[in-house]
Amino acid sequence: MPAFEYVRAADVAGAVAMATADPGASYLAGGTTLVDLMLKDGVVAPATVIDVGRLPLRGIRLVGDALRVGAMTTMEELAADPTVASRVPFVREALLLSASTQLRNMARIGGNLLQRTRCRYFRDATVAQCNKRIPGSGCGAVAGVARMHAILGASEHCIAVHASDLCVPLVAVDAVVHIQGRSGARSVALTDLHVPPRDRPDIEHVLEHGELITHVDVPLLPVGARSTYLKVRDRASYEFALTSAAAALVMRGAVMTHVRLGLGGVATLPWRARAAEAVLEGARADRHTFRAAADAELAAPYTVDGTRFKVELAKRTIVRALETVTGVSS
Amino acid sequence: MTDAMLLHINGQKWSVPLDGPLTLLDALREHLGLVGTKKGCDQGACGACTVLVDGQRVLSCLMLVAQCEGREVTTIEGLSQGGRLHPVQQAFVRHDAFQCGYCTAGQIMSAVALLAEGRASSDDEIREFMSGNLCRCGAYPNIVAAIRELAAAEGR
Repeated sequence: MPAFEYVRAADVAGAVAMATADPGASYLAGGTTLVDLMLKDGVVAPATVIDVGRLPLRGIRLVGDALRVGAMTTMEELAADPTVASRVPFVREALLLSASTQLRNMARIGGNLLQRTRCRYFRDATVAQCNKRIPGSGCGAVAGVARMHAILGASEHCIAVHASDLCVPLVAVDAVVHIQGRSGARSVALTDLHVPPRDRPDIEHVLEHGELITHVDVPLLPVGARSTYLKVRDRASYEFALTSAAAALVMRGAVMTHVRLGLGGVATLPWRARAAEAVLEGARADRHTFRAAADAELAAPYTVDGTRFKVELAKRTIVRALETVTGVSS
Repeated sequence: MTDAMLLHINGQKWSVPLDGPLTLLDALREHLGLVGTKKGCDQGACGACTVLVDGQRVLSCLMLVAQCEGREVTTIEGLSQGGRLHPVQQAFVRHDAFQCGYCTAGQIMSAVALLAEGRASSDDEIREFMSGNLCRCGAYPNIVAAIRELAAAEGR
């Protein structure tokens, strides 16, 4: 078993100072990604593990028209919040369709955003080809078993999916990520946190080494908005998404406004479906328009043998989610 | 990090030697002789290693023992009181809710938490919120029946 030094951080400033000064340091929040990758898969080997799980970054409060969620809040805690249930219900749905209760009691919101991919070619250290693990080595998944892989934001360099369910509604509502670094605090839109893999799949996000996510602001949906999270998967529970869609909108008569759409299970990063939104916004809700929106979003997928079926599945997922949220199915 | 760490398990204090990275599961089984908690997949996919930490169900295979310092851990060994099985254990026996038994400790710990969470109002809800515990023998119908009986008795 690889050795590492375990340190429990006493406060945010101390954690950030320690991590910034130590190139081999890694933060540990709930541990559900890192413990697995360190101790079981041997894929990551930090010299120092800084446990930030007990930092006073836990809890949810309303700030203006957004919920400010501490990064160490657990997934179960966020799912149980009454304002989440009433004002961003698709966030609650996405959380409760994630993992299992045991994992949701452990996993933290900050860690959820930065969770590593479930791609087996990444998580198996004996696989020689993985641009994410060994830059320049190639991608084993492209010619391999790729059922669970990405068709958007993907290329021959990497088709690993960002597997978070939570991030899908969060990108749809324009969540904002607050970050503490050694020289101060900053914030980035969640849609700008993750970096498309392009030819450097090893670079996954815009955080500098040592920067720590402290809070996530989740804007509430407009009063009267409807939302849904639809997750399509190989078994009914406790499984990652093949495809998913987070949809929210306000109906003005038969017309859709304030349309927000995110996709999961199909992209290398949490996917904001802006092309589909552009088709839907201000349009009359009907099945033809839903399909046109889905076609627009999936206009240029990158597919391999294993993922070709996901193009049509993703389109149908979008259409079904829109049917559910509008109540219109013809 | 010190050479030994104090853990609170089943209402007692235990000292765990710290000679390297150690999960809670390996600490329980390999260092403390508490082998009731089972190692199934050892990577967070099966639920066999479920224990309670501060009353909440977690996977001991994905938790470093160092994360548990000062927190109250409950394992299957801690459920019975004065030699009398916990009601969930009794219900599993009554309903024959196991075959090989390997997943059973995790199922029971998860069921104890499920009932405390108030998530046993229907068979569908029980199945959904027990989905983190796999049973390769397929004892699911009897597991659901055992939990349903307890939930009905508690008026949930």
